[in-house]
Amino acid sequence: MSFMLEARGLEKRFGAVVAASAIDIGLAAGERVSLIGSNGAGKTTFVNMITGYLKPDAGRITLDGRDITPLDPRAITRLGVARSFQIPQLYGDLSVLDNMLVANACHAGRLSFWQPARRPEAIARAEALLERFGLADHRQRRVAELPGGVRKLLDIAMALTGQPKLLLLDEPTSGVSAEEKFPMMDTIMGALLQETRTTVLFVEHDMDIVARYATRVVAFYAGRIIADDTPTVALATDDVRRYVTGDLIAE
Amino acid sequence: MSTPLSSSAAGVGHGRTVAAGLGCAALLCAAGWFAPKWLTFLVTMAAANGLVSLGIVGLMRGGVVPFGQGMMLALGGYTAALLVNKAGVTDALLLTLAGGGLATLVAAPFAPLLARYRGIFFAMLTLALSMVTYGLLMKVDLLGGSDGFNVARPTLLGQALPDARAGYVMYVLTIAVATVVGLLARIYFDSTRGLVTLAVRENELRVEYLGGSVRQAMTINFMLAACTGGMGGALVVLSLGHVEPNFSFWTTSGELVFVAILAGWQSVAAVFVASTVLEVVRSFSSAYFPNTWQFALGLFLLLVIRFLPKGIGSLWMKGNTR
Repeated sequence: MSFMLEARGLEKRFGAVVAASAIDIGLAAGERVSLIGSNGAGKTTFVNMITGYLKPDAGRITLDGRDITPLDPRAITRLGVARSFQIPQLYGDLSVLDNMLVANACHAGRLSFWQPARRPEAIARAEALLERFGLADHRQRRVAELPGGVRKLLDIAMALTGQPKLLLLDEPTSGVSAEEKFPMMDTIMGALLQETRTTVLFVEHDMDIVARYATRVVAFYAGRIIADDTPTVALATDDVRRYVTGDLIAE
Repeated sequence: MSTPLSSSAAGVGHGRTVAAGLGCAALLCAAGWFAPKWLTFLVTMAAANGLVSLGIVGLMRGGVVPFGQGMMLALGGYTAALLVNKAGVTDALLLTLAGGGLATLVAAPFAPLLARYRGIFFAMLTLALSMVTYGLLMKVDLLGGSDGFNVARPTLLGQALPDARAGYVMYVLTIAVATVVGLLARIYFDSTRGLVTLAVRENELRVEYLGGSVRQAMTINFMLAACTGGMGGALVVLSLGHVEPNFSFWTTSGELVFVAILAGWQSVAAVFVASTVLEVVRSFSSAYFPNTWQFALGLFLLLVIRFLPKGIGSLWMKGNTR
């Protein structure tokens, strides 16, 4: 099977702490993969190594067969890896639409000295994406004034602007109330329906969310992968029940 | 609900802005014909210095403030002065472009380095560069030392400038250059690069994670600031007829920053209004309160910061970047 993204033999240590050990994983186009694990298990380290923010001590990451291990985050983004953040990284003093236009301009490649950022076709593209995320009504609002859930959605919408091959969502429902989590994930997954070739990798702590929205689950513990299977199988393994969900200890 | 600093209503085309800019320039040129010489000279200095401060505003949009923009003023000024006196190049327009060109060339090697710094470090590094330039200009006899030197009167498009109308011609030229550069700055500020510069000020990390280059944006902005600074410096020197190292001294840079803060970063026109305000306050204060004019200037800035924290440009920008 040919993978869109492959990580082989990834190792990463911070002093005595093992953040990644013998990580081997391949992601195919269009998969919806959830990364689970307790705090410090190595999920964010893995995401940061894929995006180039951290360099592995050993191992190799390839995207469509190209080695991206030595590249910086910007170069990796330009190759089609986009991410959203646990704490939304937005431009607070700009409007929602302008945030989208910044994303649009950055993804478009060569920036222009004279091409208006707010030209009709760019606005139309941005508004179409805002519509998919249910954010159209907020388009003129200043981002700093938006509620947390809306900021999360905007963060993801901006990441999706460049139609990435791989979209990494770092805890997309964190900080959102329990009753808002499912509607929010419905909105996100609904917006991603058109992106059938985009692989979505999301870090999540809520196992109900994982079970409903992931097609595959990768569980981390102490920097190692302890399960990699469908949600039904992965969530039922002893290691996941012991080290991630805590069910086994409870029993 | 307060309005965002920028909005889609900021417009797509620049037709109205260009028309307004050209209209203002034409009006100023016509008014200058009837105005007393002291007034046309004051506006000439304001427009030329406004060009130098425009560079600071361009950098402020990216979140940094240079405290050494006087260096660009001096580089442009000395370039024009030396070309007139030593090389026999006398065309004022050519000298203005040469001033901008040389300042850009000198800034080019420093720009990628400075693009790595923010806040007080950026301010101090630019200040250090300007003070090194000041020191060199003071010591090199060929450049007139601490007294500087006088500059011969320029020509324009092959025509000598008669005594009676030399000031007016330089006034018209300065207004024309300021208008063209101002309109180009507006187009740049509204471009994709301009918007990404605003984004850099807000969140550099996200710009990089969207595929944009923060360092490239800051490098380009520094070089553009050098270019407008050099052009402004050349125009100042050609109108004054004199150049001196003080142009690169830190107090000169301070005045240029004063204008930029007074103007705010939203409006290009505000830079020239603020520069004119400075010239007026300076002229009248030094005439009527010769020993306390800095006090008047400081008080004025305090009032602006208190009541118009986004500068006088925010009076008519109404929530967009235009």
